[in-house]
Amino acid sequence: MSHGVHQPMATEGTTETSALAAAKRKEFTRSMIELAGMLPVLVIICILFAVLTPNFLTQNNLVNVVRQASINIVLAAGMTFVILTGGIDLAVGSVLGFTAVIAVVVSLIPALGWAAVPAALLAGLVVGVLTGATVAYIGLPPFIVTLGTYTAIRGLAYLAAGGTTVINSKIGFAWIGNGYVGPVPWLVVIALLIIAVSAFILHRTILGVHIYAVGGNAQAARLTGIAVPFVLIFAYGVSGLLSGLAGVMSASRLYSAQGQLGIGYELDAIASVILGGTSFVGGIGTVFGTLIGALIIAVLNNGLTLMNVSFYWQLVIKGAVIILAVMLDKLRTRGQAG
Amino acid sequence: MSTSIKAGPGSTQPILEVRQICKSFPGVRVLKSVNLSIWPGEVHAFMGENGAGKSTLMKILAGAYHPDSGEIILDGKTVQFRTPHEARLAGIGIIYQELTVAPNLTVSGNVFLGSELKRLGFMTDTAEMDRKTQEVLNRLGARFKATQRAAHLAVAEQQQVEIARALFYKSRVLVMDEPTAALSDRETDRLFEVVRRLRSEGMAIIYISHRMAEVYELADRLSVLRDGEYVGELKRAEFSADKVIEMMVGRRLEDFYKHAKHSAGRVVLEVKNMSDGDRVKNANFQLRQGEVLGLAGLVGAGRTELARLIFGADKRKSGEVYLDGKKLRINQPKDAIRAGIGYVPEDRKLQGVFLQMSSGENITMNILGRCATAGVLNFKKLTERANAEVKAMRVRTASLKQRAGGLSGGNQQKLLLARWLEINPRVLILDEPTRGVDVGAKAEIYALIQQLLEKGMAVLFISSELPEIVGVCDRVLVMREGEITGEVGGETGIEITQQNIMKFATDVTRSASTNGN
Repeated sequence: MSHGVHQPMATEGTTETSALAAAKRKEFTRSMIELAGMLPVLVIICILFAVLTPNFLTQNNLVNVVRQASINIVLAAGMTFVILTGGIDLAVGSVLGFTAVIAVVVSLIPALGWAAVPAALLAGLVVGVLTGATVAYIGLPPFIVTLGTYTAIRGLAYLAAGGTTVINSKIGFAWIGNGYVGPVPWLVVIALLIIAVSAFILHRTILGVHIYAVGGNAQAARLTGIAVPFVLIFAYGVSGLLSGLAGVMSASRLYSAQGQLGIGYELDAIASVILGGTSFVGGIGTVFGTLIGALIIAVLNNGLTLMNVSFYWQLVIKGAVIILAVMLDKLRTRGQAG
Repeated sequence: MSTSIKAGPGSTQPILEVRQICKSFPGVRVLKSVNLSIWPGEVHAFMGENGAGKSTLMKILAGAYHPDSGEIILDGKTVQFRTPHEARLAGIGIIYQELTVAPNLTVSGNVFLGSELKRLGFMTDTAEMDRKTQEVLNRLGARFKATQRAAHLAVAEQQQVEIARALFYKSRVLVMDEPTAALSDRETDRLFEVVRRLRSEGMAIIYISHRMAEVYELADRLSVLRDGEYVGELKRAEFSADKVIEMMVGRRLEDFYKHAKHSAGRVVLEVKNMSDGDRVKNANFQLRQGEVLGLAGLVGAGRTELARLIFGADKRKSGEVYLDGKKLRINQPKDAIRAGIGYVPEDRKLQGVFLQMSSGENITMNILGRCATAGVLNFKKLTERANAEVKAMRVRTASLKQRAGGLSGGNQQKLLLARWLEINPRVLILDEPTRGVDVGAKAEIYALIQQLLEKGMAVLFISSELPEIVGVCDRVLVMREGEITGEVGGETGIEITQQNIMKFATDVTRSASTNGN
């Protein structure tokens, strides 16, 4: 009932034309704000840390921040696809652990060393496609389905690792986690590439439009002739595949993997997507926003650590910032329906 | 908390006046200088087609929207409501079309929601609330108890709960938004009793409706709004249907359906033995090139269900669809679309428009494939097509980027029609295409249908508004309880009139029915 456009009353003399012009101006500023999204929040946090700690604004540290963010960026990019369809994927952390173990285990088999990365990616893709098919054809709620895979895949991760840590100090794809392109780590290059490719799919292709359509109104999408099940399977498939990629990145960085790798990563991924302004009910959001969201989380982690804030307080502050940022987002997009 | 209502001081001045209210939303001016004077002890009908701005004005009175300019004067004093709560405290009670009764609470719990009576400062005084609520319910002539859970109440009874709530806030002005929309005839009669009782107690009632019959029965005066503009006011003695419609529509009724009857061409679509085992029973019919075939019947007769079966939106139990003599395999909407059948669904917002997407995207949703290379979109082409449609259909949108959710019902419907026209289907099924659409857009939709026919398209036209069916269709099938019970127009020799349609739609002619297949 109170969901109105709140603005001070105009003075009596307002002529009709100026009222319309004002409405147009408002629409313009709003679309500008929408475009910028959470970027201002990221900038403000960066400025704060730059002032508070001398070490924050060095090239080394900034590269470090993005590298630390890279795995979350990849997970969150996949999560963006799923949340845009109105779903959720709780299993990304588990799939990361599972695929990391697979990558290391396969890399240890002399004849199959080359297959380590493809095997991990394939495993992630298969999990994602199966999840998507269950959501699309059986119609179970995504939360329930991925709560199941979250647990089951974690179990598989422990099983594949034989309950210990699998190590390969001469891992064949070490360059992924530790190599550089010029001054930029491969991890960062990969993460940014994934964002670029995701943005391309979402904003430049038929499939992208279909993803937004399904998330915005699945019924209408079906009546418009969109293959809704395919779109869902694609979204969860992307999330699975990117979780597999994140698994490869982790394994490569650590030269090892273990069953509990990636526990809790799904929460950072979801937080990044939401911070990036993607609507939880689907149909609205951008992967660029997700990148900003992931960077906000990474900058907070890094800056607070530099300031010697205890880990426990870091959690409290991170949580508060997420809630505040989303509140801010709600305020700025208020009246959108007007 | 007193529950008595007294007439305003001598009733020499209006209790509520609205002066020169203007309100715009981005890109659309909804209200242009609207005036309204409401006197105590009168029922003031407020009329206008959907989209005329009635609900916006009501939301301004309720404090949910703020006017861009203009004044609201209550009891001779200028007021500004910042929140709905302020409006309620000032004595303006609103009964929305969608009722806001909490089903899990008792009746009295609902009435006192947010201002519960307290005992010892912290315990809710349920007994006292029940007693006071019961008093008001008795006064309203309600046939349910204050202690009853609201979940079990009928719609009309929930409405009474809301009226009771308004009385507790000492409302002196009661705004009712199409209160009979969901009521049966008997319930409507009871509601009228309540309204008359409140009027006799001095309440001023703003009664929003576009049903002439109700207005005749209840209203002392009426005001008309058209496209956000205040057209004028009529006293009871001046009421006449022609006058009111002319005020609402801005032209005379006869001009409204400009329909050249068509001679039907060859059969385009043939439906045989269509059943879903429940709502649709063994439907058979043919649709010819260049004709508008109406599908009439009462609500629940199975019209929409039949359309959805043809389109592949629901599972069929039996039945075949032939297009140009060729049998189609339709398992899902995609198959029907590919074959050349389009469907504009009944519930625009739920099933048709992508509210969060832009106008442009809504228009081009079906032609993405045509405007893409290897799945990559060609935005130049898309923008071109969308612009062409916006122009041709005269969609009132600020830009192609504006979200469809911000457009009026009529403009949303135009987006949907444009979407289908872009793929140029052989058969277009229109399910209640003018529901919730303003008069101007309605006329444009009728005109558009004519253009489509000239191009050789065939249209299946579903509508619950009989005048519209009569005005638009060349031939009408009538459904009742899932069966096609009759046909009028075309070669049947039966004239298309509301009476003839109603005969088949209700079961008065069951024995005499000439089954028109």
